[in-house]
Amino acid sequence: MTQFSVPWKQSPPIEHRGPARGIVALARFVYKVATPIVSRFPGPILIAAIVFSTLAVWAHWELFGWVETIAVSDLNGSANSIWGQSLTVAEIGAYLESKSVFAGGILKYLLWPLQMELFRDLVGLAAIFQLFNLIPVYAIWWERKVAGRIQSRMGPMRVGGWHGWAQSFADGVKLVAKEDLVPAQADGMLFRIAPYLAFVPSLLAFLCFPLGSYWVFRNVDVALIFIVAMVGVEVVGVIMAGWASNNKWSVYGAMREACQMVSYEIPMTTVLLVPIMTAGTLNMVQIGDMQSGGWFTWNAFHNPFTFIAFITYYIASLANCKRAPFDLPESESELVAGFHTEYSGFRWSLFFFAEYAAMFVVSGLAVTLFLGAWHTPLPATWAFEENSLFNVLLNGILFSSPFWFIFKCFIFIYIQLWIRWTLPRIRIDQVLYSCVQVMFPIACIALVGHAVWMVLLDGTMVSTVIRWVLGLMMAAVTFGFLSVAAFGYRNGRRMVGYLAVKQLPGS
Amino acid sequence: MKLLTLAAPIIVVMLVAIAPAFAVDTDLTLSEQGIQRSADGGLLEALMFYVCAAVVLGSGLAICLSKNIVRMAVYLFGTLASVALMYFLLLANFIGVIQLIVYAGGTLILLIFGVMLTSKSPWAKFDVKRNELIAAGVVCALFACLLLFVVVNAEWPLETDAVVVGSSMTQFGVGLLTNYLVPFEAMSVLLLVVMIGAAYMARQE
Repeated sequence: MTQFSVPWKQSPPIEHRGPARGIVALARFVYKVATPIVSRFPGPILIAAIVFSTLAVWAHWELFGWVETIAVSDLNGSANSIWGQSLTVAEIGAYLESKSVFAGGILKYLLWPLQMELFRDLVGLAAIFQLFNLIPVYAIWWERKVAGRIQSRMGPMRVGGWHGWAQSFADGVKLVAKEDLVPAQADGMLFRIAPYLAFVPSLLAFLCFPLGSYWVFRNVDVALIFIVAMVGVEVVGVIMAGWASNNKWSVYGAMREACQMVSYEIPMTTVLLVPIMTAGTLNMVQIGDMQSGGWFTWNAFHNPFTFIAFITYYIASLANCKRAPFDLPESESELVAGFHTEYSGFRWSLFFFAEYAAMFVVSGLAVTLFLGAWHTPLPATWAFEENSLFNVLLNGILFSSPFWFIFKCFIFIYIQLWIRWTLPRIRIDQVLYSCVQVMFPIACIALVGHAVWMVLLDGTMVSTVIRWVLGLMMAAVTFGFLSVAAFGYRNGRRMVGYLAVKQLPGS
Repeated sequence: MKLLTLAAPIIVVMLVAIAPAFAVDTDLTLSEQGIQRSADGGLLEALMFYVCAAVVLGSGLAICLSKNIVRMAVYLFGTLASVALMYFLLLANFIGVIQLIVYAGGTLILLIFGVMLTSKSPWAKFDVKRNELIAAGVVCALFACLLLFVVVNAEWPLETDAVVVGSSMTQFGVGLLTNYLVPFEAMSVLLLVVMIGAAYMARQE
């Protein structure tokens, strides 16, 4: 372990015993090996990780597809049941020999379990669980970096070398190792179970959450309502946590959460009806695929009402996953930490996993329903002819891929972080006023206006012109934002220096 | 031992996560020809059914036996969620999701909210008097008799080749706005009346 030179006296490291000793040794070894490498090559490692994960998912998909082809087409007589296939190892071996694929050895034994739905589901679940774990870990790290930059400091810089990339992992280890405290006067059973009631629903939302046309664990026809339901059910855990803590701050936090959640679900689901009406389906994959073909085919630019619906949805979704300026349930200036005041260690971290995963899910809903899902802003007519594997790959990267989806989601997460660290928190009566008297009427106007527009103006000249105007307007806003950001990034030091020189005392 | 206590919650979460994954099951490859399922269902499906049924009955019993009102709400959540899971097992996805969003996500929260606002003691207790217990027992026994009578006398046809063509959502929506329009509108008028009534009662004098 690196000992940093600090002016105060450092206590010697704690000696661990038993299995903990092995774990600590392993963690230290990994840290020691990984840190210099990551510090030296952060960019190449990121690119290699992306390429490797893509290749792994692609290989997995190809393999399962191939096995399915064997099972369905070449050996008749076995009906495709939900839970498994009736092919035996010998039959698979016979098939491989008939195709003169290198038949011998263990290949048939390796292929045999792949035909089972259960096996595929376990692989898919492992992937979802990893995605669910990685998103909060990096969103938290990124939140600390963004907060740091907004407050003119660096954020985490030490752990792991390059910009403190391992900070969240270190925090995770610390949280798991912490004592699991339950207050003496708390309702023990509810207190223990509440974090799971918040955590599990947001994990379940990922079950039918598509990252691409084929990148979805379960393509369900009611996926959209399922996800909204899961984001809504999450609040039960929060209320239980607040109540079971037997602490007035926690109960206040829980009550505010209940208030806010129940009221903001109404405008949120009302504006969600607008893209559903445009698409005519609740299937997220179909809604996403309908928006292929570039910037101007995205739902948000369909007409003025869908644009209003998009903005309204985004504001309501901030309240729904209790982000600032609606973070009243955990407002630290008045309620210590709100509903999780009494929590520590692993159970506390479950709330954070739930919150950051919910942020990703609501951003993903905004992207899928309004902003072209996994499709790029480039027009579809630019796509290459798919006559070689390289062109297919290029089309996949440039025109529709999960990376675009995750990239867009992280833009919206970035805006959430940005709002949190710049806007002040509003009062509870202002929260409820803005819901009932501002957001809900706007949502109703958007819904009715969109219905009228679809009947009267859809497909006419006016509709096309409006779509182009809206699209160009939004493109101008995006481009303007990017140029200002680039200017700030380039001249950041000079600007801060100028401000410091002119404004600080003694200048 | 410490390791086991840390790992146990994670294992529980994994199990809970896997359960609905088997239930929410309409495969992409099959959606073109409609959702097909074999007549016997399969071992895992049967297993899932018994797990769901056990949770429904167990948490229902717990609601009756518990004295803490907020704990009762958690048990009620267990019942509602596993009934939703059983809907998913029957491929009635829409009803399952609506069950989750209306009962588990809406009604239950309002219920807990009401308890929190009205309770005076830190732990809202629920004491039952003897005559209440007798009255409840009589009503429950009568209802159980009725249910048993229906269950024993009803015919339970076994669908062998149940094939749902296309999305069940589309058929559901079309049915709601054509054949069943009058009951649908009647329900919406009822809900509107309830909403106006609630707003009237909550208004400031």
